[in-house]
Amino acid sequence: MTTVPQSSPSRRQAARITVNSGLVIFVALYAVIAFLQPNYLEPGLFMNFLRRAAPLVILSCGQLYVILTGGFDLSMGAVATLVVLAASILINGDPETTWAVIGALYAMGIAVGLVNGLVVAFLKVPSIIATLGTMLLVNGLALAWSGGAARGDLPDNFRNLGRLVWRNVPVIGTLPLAALVLTGFVALAWFGLNATVYGKRALAVGDNPRAAELAGTPVAATRILAFVVSAVSAATAGILLGGFSGVSVNAGEGLELQAIAACVIGGAQLLGGRGSVWSAVFGALSLFALFTLLNLLGLPQALRDSIQGLILIAAVGASMWGNRRRT
Amino acid sequence: MTLRTLLATTVALTFVGQALAQDFNDPAEFKKQREQLSMTPQGPEDQPWAQHLGDGMADTAKYKKEGQVTLCFSNAGVFNPWRVVGLNNLNAEAELHKDRLKELIVVDAEGKDDKQISDIEALVSGGKCDALIVSPNTTAALTPAVEAACAKLPVIVFDRGVNTSCPVTYIHPVGGYGFGITSGEFIASKLKKGDNVLALRIMPGVDVLETRYSAAKNIFDEAGINVVGSEFTGSDRAKTKSAVEDYINRGEKIDAVWMDAGDTATAALEAFEDAGLPYPVISGEDQQDFLRKWQSEKLTAIGPAYPTYQWRTAIIAALDVLDGKQVPGPEWVLPQPAITEDVLTKYIDERMPPLHYSLCGCQELPGYPERWGGKE
Repeated sequence: MTTVPQSSPSRRQAARITVNSGLVIFVALYAVIAFLQPNYLEPGLFMNFLRRAAPLVILSCGQLYVILTGGFDLSMGAVATLVVLAASILINGDPETTWAVIGALYAMGIAVGLVNGLVVAFLKVPSIIATLGTMLLVNGLALAWSGGAARGDLPDNFRNLGRLVWRNVPVIGTLPLAALVLTGFVALAWFGLNATVYGKRALAVGDNPRAAELAGTPVAATRILAFVVSAVSAATAGILLGGFSGVSVNAGEGLELQAIAACVIGGAQLLGGRGSVWSAVFGALSLFALFTLLNLLGLPQALRDSIQGLILIAAVGASMWGNRRRT
Repeated sequence: MTLRTLLATTVALTFVGQALAQDFNDPAEFKKQREQLSMTPQGPEDQPWAQHLGDGMADTAKYKKEGQVTLCFSNAGVFNPWRVVGLNNLNAEAELHKDRLKELIVVDAEGKDDKQISDIEALVSGGKCDALIVSPNTTAALTPAVEAACAKLPVIVFDRGVNTSCPVTYIHPVGGYGFGITSGEFIASKLKKGDNVLALRIMPGVDVLETRYSAAKNIFDEAGINVVGSEFTGSDRAKTKSAVEDYINRGEKIDAVWMDAGDTATAALEAFEDAGLPYPVISGEDQQDFLRKWQSEKLTAIGPAYPTYQWRTAIIAALDVLDGKQVPGPEWVLPQPAITEDVLTKYIDERMPPLHYSLCGCQELPGYPERWGGKE
């Protein structure tokens, strides 16, 4: 009983240090950005960078929960879009209703997450298919509800979540509210995986669901909860996106794939079993730094997209290769 | 190897871009539209939708028809807010003529050329229509269908044109060059030589948008104003705001923002707010949200327009033709006013939704404001 843990802490320690390949990539990319544009080293622009990266980082944390349990969640982008459109239609410019509507938005998100989780856990549909289905369903609902065009209006108190910046803050200069939301969400995600039994269950389910089940892990509940966390992250990201730029009918387009890519860049293993919150956080920051860098270089859009694709493949390939060597 | 391919691609793309741009930079058309902008329109004052520029008139005595008539309308689609407002204008205008108009049949092509071609064929062979109104989805593809329809009944075309002179008249405001001239000249008048302007555009390759840009670009080049960038935003607020933030973060000073359409103008302005910078000189369009922002923040701005009131003109023209009255033709060029500082308050209506096009000429029409999504 007590002999096994003796050797494990040191090994896990070693693993945790090597896992943060995302941190290395992030620092490297940010260094290039700072070299090209030295004012990115000022706290103000770094805070702005964090603010704009916040939705992607939050989505990646949610996606990580699902990836750890061996699945994918393709419906996140659609949920984010739904949240933006629903907020604008439900609030319709009336600041009084903001907080009630935010509650309703989370309820919608959780409902989608539950559907995903139940379908995957009980109908045994592969998550990539199940969430592709909910993605189409949710996107369709959002479009039908809004009539395909941005309607309604978001009041300032809703927009502030993604927009408000406190100026003249000691030490850091400016502090965006979105950066606080980001920190809070990452802390909760870390707490869920590292300070509760859930983290170990998720890893066990992702590593070998059969073995986990035989060992008494509640596999279905673990999976369902992962999808709910993912949907909650999508709702949070949607609220920030809507706050940042207002109503947009394709607010969440493509974000689900970016979130998956971010997790993998950060060293999480697709199909489960390995990864930490830091893989999601630094993977997402790396990805966003890459977007920023390509923008700064001022390349034409078409070229930007192809280079982005190349670098993504290279980064993911490198981290997969690293993983394979380690095991 | 890869580097060389990349370079070659970049060079090739640049050239393709330039080759495309040339097609939309026609000096003769630029000059014509510049002249039209300064013409005094003929027709009833305060009703720009019934006015016209120039002298040409088309005789329509042969189309005269007594009693109640049926009008048919083949619409390219209602795929953007501009067309939504326009279609509401058209329906409301039709309601004004209940005594003369038995029925208005509207067919929606959902943005597809082939559907619109078969729509037109069906309307013409159906035999119910006394006159046909067409808002073509694309110019070249719809030309044969319109020609075939001309042989059977009077046809009125508006918004985009067709490559044939067979319609009784083709209704359109001055045009894309005019839009670019109005906005470009305003910005040039507020900036000094060497100042920077950022161009924000919806998408490449669309004639009505490309001509706006080429006209403005000509004016900026003439005035020695530096276009620091031209970004495509796909009409998306998030993309617009990010694009502007990227330019701000690059440390470039942006003195003015030029836009080929105003639906994301407020998003562009927010980027300046969030960076703690003063507002730039800006050209938007006639959308409510932009006008309200302009008023509340006292911007230096202009709102050029591609007025939606031309959708009213289509009904008016069709009924005039069936009355045998002369109509402006072969082109009915409508005046294309811009919203300026001194008339700004007149166009702001707090009841209307943010993306309502204010130069709709619809304030007196039945069902205003609810029909256009406004609050009572």
